[in-house]
Amino acid sequence: MKSDNINILIVGVGGQGTLLASKFLGAVAKMAGRDVKVSEVHGMSQRGGSVITCVKIGKKVYSPVIDMGEADVMLSFEQLEAARWIGYLKKGGKVITSTQKIEPMSVVLRQAVYPDNVIEGLKKSGAEITAFDAFSVAEECGSGKAVNIVLCGVLSKLIYDIPEEIWLEALKNTVPAKLYDINLKAFMAGRSR
Amino acid sequence: MKSDMELMLGNEAVARGAYEAGVVTVSSYPGTPSTEITEFISKYDAGEVYCEWAPNEKVAAEVAIGSSFAGARSMCCMKHVGLNVAADPLYTVSYTGVNAGLVFVVADDPGMFSSQNEQDTRFHALSAHVPVLEPSDSEECIKFTKLAFDISEAFDTPVILRLTTRVAHQRSLVEKGERSQNVKPYKKDIWKYCMMPAMAKKRHIAVDARQKRLAAFSAGAKEDLPFTIPNVVDYAKDSKKKIGVITYGICYQYSREVFKDASFLKLGLTYPLPDDLIREFAANVDKLIVVEELEPFIENHIKTMGIEVTGKQLFTNQGELGTVAIRKAFFGEEPKCEALGEDVAIPPRPPVFCAGCPHRAVFYVLSKMGLRVCGDIGCYSMGAQAPYQGIDSVICMGASVSMAHGMTKAMAQCGEIDKQKTVAVIGDSTFIHSGITSLIDVAYNKGISTTIILDNSITGMTGHQQNPAMGFTIRNEQTVATDLVKLANAIGITDVQVVDPFDMKAFREAVKGATERDNPSVIIAQRPCALLKYVKYGGPAHIDAGKCVKCGSCMRLGCPAINKKEDGSIVIDASQCVGCGLCFGLCPRSAISK
Repeated sequence: MKSDNINILIVGVGGQGTLLASKFLGAVAKMAGRDVKVSEVHGMSQRGGSVITCVKIGKKVYSPVIDMGEADVMLSFEQLEAARWIGYLKKGGKVITSTQKIEPMSVVLRQAVYPDNVIEGLKKSGAEITAFDAFSVAEECGSGKAVNIVLCGVLSKLIYDIPEEIWLEALKNTVPAKLYDINLKAFMAGRSR
Repeated sequence: MKSDMELMLGNEAVARGAYEAGVVTVSSYPGTPSTEITEFISKYDAGEVYCEWAPNEKVAAEVAIGSSFAGARSMCCMKHVGLNVAADPLYTVSYTGVNAGLVFVVADDPGMFSSQNEQDTRFHALSAHVPVLEPSDSEECIKFTKLAFDISEAFDTPVILRLTTRVAHQRSLVEKGERSQNVKPYKKDIWKYCMMPAMAKKRHIAVDARQKRLAAFSAGAKEDLPFTIPNVVDYAKDSKKKIGVITYGICYQYSREVFKDASFLKLGLTYPLPDDLIREFAANVDKLIVVEELEPFIENHIKTMGIEVTGKQLFTNQGELGTVAIRKAFFGEEPKCEALGEDVAIPPRPPVFCAGCPHRAVFYVLSKMGLRVCGDIGCYSMGAQAPYQGIDSVICMGASVSMAHGMTKAMAQCGEIDKQKTVAVIGDSTFIHSGITSLIDVAYNKGISTTIILDNSITGMTGHQQNPAMGFTIRNEQTVATDLVKLANAIGITDVQVVDPFDMKAFREAVKGATERDNPSVIIAQRPCALLKYVKYGGPAHIDAGKCVKCGSCMRLGCPAINKKEDGSIVIDASQCVGCGLCFGLCPRSAISK
């Protein structure tokens, strides 16, 4: 994928750090000299609800929102959320998802079941699926909170026309200085997958 | 792209624009999606900008009006329903006009990401005859905010800057400018500022004349002013054979992606509308369409001009538009999207009370007691959901208290035996916003309902803003705190109890006693929001699997940190549990501890 026209959908559960991921990607795009727009969900949906954030990078971006069938790639922090939002992916798009499971309240209360065929369903779609336990990878790097940066690391390999220096510089500008080492580790762990 | 550009949130850009325009006073009440504007304003130096959280939007608007009359550029920010509360001053300040620039920033919420309705602010503007500017990205948020102040002064009118959620909460690239401040002298003028019938009759004439003049200027009439109205016409090649799109705000961005080969009339000012410009544009295109969210505001106006136009017959007035909806409406195209390769039943994931939330205890108890509960606006409206189903109604800010009073009176009047079992549940900030007057009504009119004030020491829902009950200002300076007990006493309610909802037994007793007594009562359920930095419960609890009998008593709290596994065993998710301890007492085997 080239950065002259790429739509990135970030999905997860409120509180997982989707906003930091979009901030990071926005900084990367800006440093690469691209136009960029980000659309975020604030307010009620943050309280453990399903959240999506859109990052659109290109020569010129109009709408900040990614609609159904418009995402080139989806970064998913939780497997059920990847399945929920897959309709927003273009045919043959790419999914990078953590296999982490977070049970929604309906499942906790046993009013619904957490499906056991989520990854199979994703893999049998026309999308290209990269699925791994990004939470464990992040924990190994020093913090489970760095899932967002691990996933961005994987993405960085796909956007081949933006050099590594820009990603690292943008990362430095995005995360707090004292957490940079952990996040650098997390980013490289994702990038080298 | 210039290297010094910044990727800025729409709301921050509004704050930036106001700062650059030399705003001196900003008074607001928080409300998604407008809240961050005033939070960003508070980051500017206190010596340059005075800002405050007001108790409600009406007060905020009046503070801004006073400041404008005094001679300083002023702004108030609110969500769409907040303008209903501030409508009273808006309609009349439209008559008086301003001294220094006065801007109402109003953020609508199409799609209701965090709101109870989808009202369209432009109809308030039409009715009050107040101009509306609508930016479509962060760059325009800065430019249009500055322009709003200029229009306000040049046309002697308050101006509404209307945002929608997608503009307020998008980030796009901006270039910052310098601040320039120009204060005006105050001059007493009762014919302009005292709206009594004799004066208001004269001012109404001025309002109508102003509106005509601004509409003409917006359409391109010459005036000796240092700015123009940002209505932009962009004709496609061979435009008479092609579609012409009239749109504005975020709908412009969607439309630009959909109609690659169309002519555009992008309206920066959506009220009053530029008739001559619209007529000229319509004459130069093959087919005229209007793309607008919510109500057919522009479309209706164009129809009254006798011009044929396509718009809402292809859409509903519900929810957001988007590229997919527009493509479907105009071209019958369905999105080409990816789908799962096998059937996966995806359970919904609505927002829930956070782990450690004090509201959880309140609704656990209320739902067990089987009371009728009038709810209000805030995080606690989620008490209506499973597993509590502990709320019967949610209407608007403050309505819980007055509605519970109305219900109780009606039940008594109709001879219902359970007349005492209706309670109101309202947060501290919402109570101050508009619950106080309702409570006065209860006391004054000999009501007997019970009002439960959930005092979590913050305005939670909108992301932690200070409020008058806390004793801190927007800049975190210490100030007097509204004493809710004394306040209740002062209006004549002596049956007031303060309890910690985490002591569920005591809380239950308090509610039981209050609802059984034949007098109005207030219960203040006091415990801070679990997300506040100073709230520390000392880390996660765990369940002793040897003691746990899998009865599920703890599960009924609906805590996201307590999960039941496939084999029926119950575990605590250490990454979510804050260790609040609410579940400890519910376990019959005392299996939960730290």
